[in-house]
Amino acid sequence: MKVNKMVFTFSSLPENVTISRMLLSALGSQLNLPINELEELKVAVSEAVSNSIIHGYKNNPEAFVTLEVESSPKKISIQVIDTGCGIPDVKQAMQASYSTDPERMGLGFIFMQSFMDEVKVESEVNRGTKVIMTKYLKNLEPSH
Amino acid sequence: MRKRIERQTLHVYLEGELDLHNADELKEAIDIEIDKKGIKNIVLHMEKLTFIDSSGLGVLLGRYKKLLPLGGKLKIANVPPNIYKIMELSGLPKIIEFLPKETA
Repeated sequence: MKVNKMVFTFSSLPENVTISRMLLSALGSQLNLPINELEELKVAVSEAVSNSIIHGYKNNPEAFVTLEVESSPKKISIQVIDTGCGIPDVKQAMQASYSTDPERMGLGFIFMQSFMDEVKVESEVNRGTKVIMTKYLKNLEPSH
Repeated sequence: MRKRIERQTLHVYLEGELDLHNADELKEAIDIEIDKKGIKNIVLHMEKLTFIDSSGLGVLLGRYKKLLPLGGKLKIANVPPNIYKIMELSGLPKIIEFLPKETA
């Protein structure tokens, strides 16, 4: 079974949300993900990376976010890792409409949970946060 | 992004992707019209929008909230189905008016 791994570390800058999403989009296309699932994957990655930048690092552009992706014919696993402020209460943060900012909707984790098959969050205050998301791929086409 | 004001209504034509990268730009482009020109009614045209996430939705909700005490309205026109799906999950269609076909 062919496994493809990639690690992408980048500055905590908003424009890199777009680039992270493009990376996943390209990978998803290669794996023949249906268009709606590709869209879902893009939203989930955007949310996780945006969270690291806005919340983990409070928009500090000197910091770094790491995106780790592992794909196989069966699944795509994504890890978004920051060494920022961490989340004091992960359970609360993952609830609907929980947001620390009135201009934001508190939907990040809701979208991740809705669009991925599994979402796990490991976080420690002042150490950082790791979001692990998995999407299982259906048997898309007979190989020939 | 293209802007047009017609009969006291600001029309904004969104293009491409709306995420953390350009959410602030859209927010400022709209707020300047509300703050400086007293615009109260806004129609966002989305036929050329290809992506939105919660940063983008936050700008829409924020503008809705800003217009509410001014007696104004935010409307959304021509949302592509994939974008509408994400908006639906956010509950936005319950509070913001969606125009099915806006030819302008």
